[in-house]
Amino acid sequence: MSALVLNNLSKTYTKGAVIAVDNFSLKVEKGELFGLIGPDGAGKTSIFRMLTTLLLPDGGSATVDGYDIVKDYKAIRNRVGYMPGKFSLYQDMTIEENLDFFATVFGTTVQENYELIKDIYVQIEPFKDRRAGKLSGGMKQKLALCCALIHKPTVLFLDEPTTGVDSVSRKEFWEMLKRLKEQGITIMVSTPYMDEATLCDRIALMQTGKILSIDTPQNIISAYPENLYAIKSNKMFKLLKDLRQYENTLSCFAFGEYLHLSLVNDTQTTLNELNEWLKNNEHLNIEIKKIEATIEDCFIKLLNTQNANTGN
Amino acid sequence: MQTPVIKTEKLTKRFGDFIAAKELSFEVYPGEIFGFLGANGAGKTTAMRMLCGLSKPSSGTATIAGFDVYRSPNEIKKNIGYMSQKFSLHEDLTVMENIRFYGGIYGLSNEQLKTKSAELVELLGLQNETKKLVSELPLGWKQKLAFSVAVIHQPKIVFLDEPTGGVDPVTRRQFWDLIYDASDKGIAVFVTTHYMDEAEYCNRVSIMVDGNIEALDTPVNLKKQFSVNSMEEVFYQLARGAKRKAD
Repeated sequence: MSALVLNNLSKTYTKGAVIAVDNFSLKVEKGELFGLIGPDGAGKTSIFRMLTTLLLPDGGSATVDGYDIVKDYKAIRNRVGYMPGKFSLYQDMTIEENLDFFATVFGTTVQENYELIKDIYVQIEPFKDRRAGKLSGGMKQKLALCCALIHKPTVLFLDEPTTGVDSVSRKEFWEMLKRLKEQGITIMVSTPYMDEATLCDRIALMQTGKILSIDTPQNIISAYPENLYAIKSNKMFKLLKDLRQYENTLSCFAFGEYLHLSLVNDTQTTLNELNEWLKNNEHLNIEIKKIEATIEDCFIKLLNTQNANTGN
Repeated sequence: MQTPVIKTEKLTKRFGDFIAAKELSFEVYPGEIFGFLGANGAGKTTAMRMLCGLSKPSSGTATIAGFDVYRSPNEIKKNIGYMSQKFSLHEDLTVMENIRFYGGIYGLSNEQLKTKSAELVELLGLQNETKKLVSELPLGWKQKLAFSVAVIHQPKIVFLDEPTGGVDPVTRRQFWDLIYDASDKGIAVFVTTHYMDEAEYCNRVSIMVDGNIEALDTPVNLKKQFSVNSMEEVFYQLARGAKRKAD
């Protein structure tokens, strides 16, 4: 049995005017680390809130551990852990009090499931008498994760746990997730950071309530339809503007130190011509190399294809 | 050599015993895109508040757009642009009302407001949306509009506090086009971000750790200095050792 099954799940707001989740169907297997990857407004939070039974769908159905999200909401609430995007613990209770509170609500004790949270909790334990409202962002995040885990959930929902967090803390957080996954917990996590996608077993790339693609990160990358080149010169902004005008450019966008470029008619001759053309346009120190696409490249490609299809 | 639009020397802010920003010394030049990076809690927000004339430094000196932070904080506010991800536009005003509101605040005359708003609406392709409430616009458009009103009075420098958080990768890049445009027009851009690929788009980058500026150079030189291939790794090497962890 799959841990999560979504069948044409839909959610609209303001009497149907805003479609937050548009016919979402997917399955997540037990023990899988599944990522919802998409920008603000993609529908990530609405999905979490429906699966955690905090919001009723307008259409379709879904099950969590075989339980229906509408009929069996009580059973689901006992089984899942949820860390919302917004910090939602009791600000005027201490770390220890918050953790005790959540354990008690679920009819268990901190001692009983301590093994599960130990790795994370030891990092904040020295401050256990501090009020949650007085904690730093990173510590709040760790406490929230402990509270979501203390009743040993079978499925863990994490809504943008790394948003606004610097890249060092983000790395640490994903290390924690990996260890939780090893303990057999099914995890659904959302993030707007494309580079985190590769840390998931499978991902759904999402935009404005729609799924653009669902697969393993590697399969999504392998499916990138064209050759991709990283290119740079001594004048990067000019290079970007020039290449957007270039006749053989299929797509070109900034990507860190380089631009990423795909060509129409991609042959060695085209590449040589491009090189010549750039030299004639006052570019020096030109570097062109073939590269493998990243998830971000794939996302951009999917968005552009979608926009082209809808005429945007 | 051009006159810098930001010049600080040993700029420091203390809160009691705690030194939030310690002896920051740097310069930012007209048209420069200056990346201001740091781990959470490193002191970026404190530093930025001082540079915007919102918080009085404890010691050190700073001149922003030609004005002294101690003597003329209000002149600084008039001569800079500011945009953050969280609160920039008024959601319950229309596009045009927002443009007028900010133009008015920045002291544009009615005449200037007319030309400026027409120009801006055309540049952003918002001709059909001028009477729409900002809350109805997609996030990407909101951000472009927020940026445009932040530079409506043609300031010498604009401060951008995580302007692209949560935005899709296509819109994020369109936003950087606006930044490049502003820089081409000679506006200095002071920007913070958690996206390390965006650090590569900056002319120079400073990285704060525990209240200090630990590194400041072009992305190319920083990568050389740390013998790594990406700004992500430069940041990681510096921020990993941070002792302070806060927001």
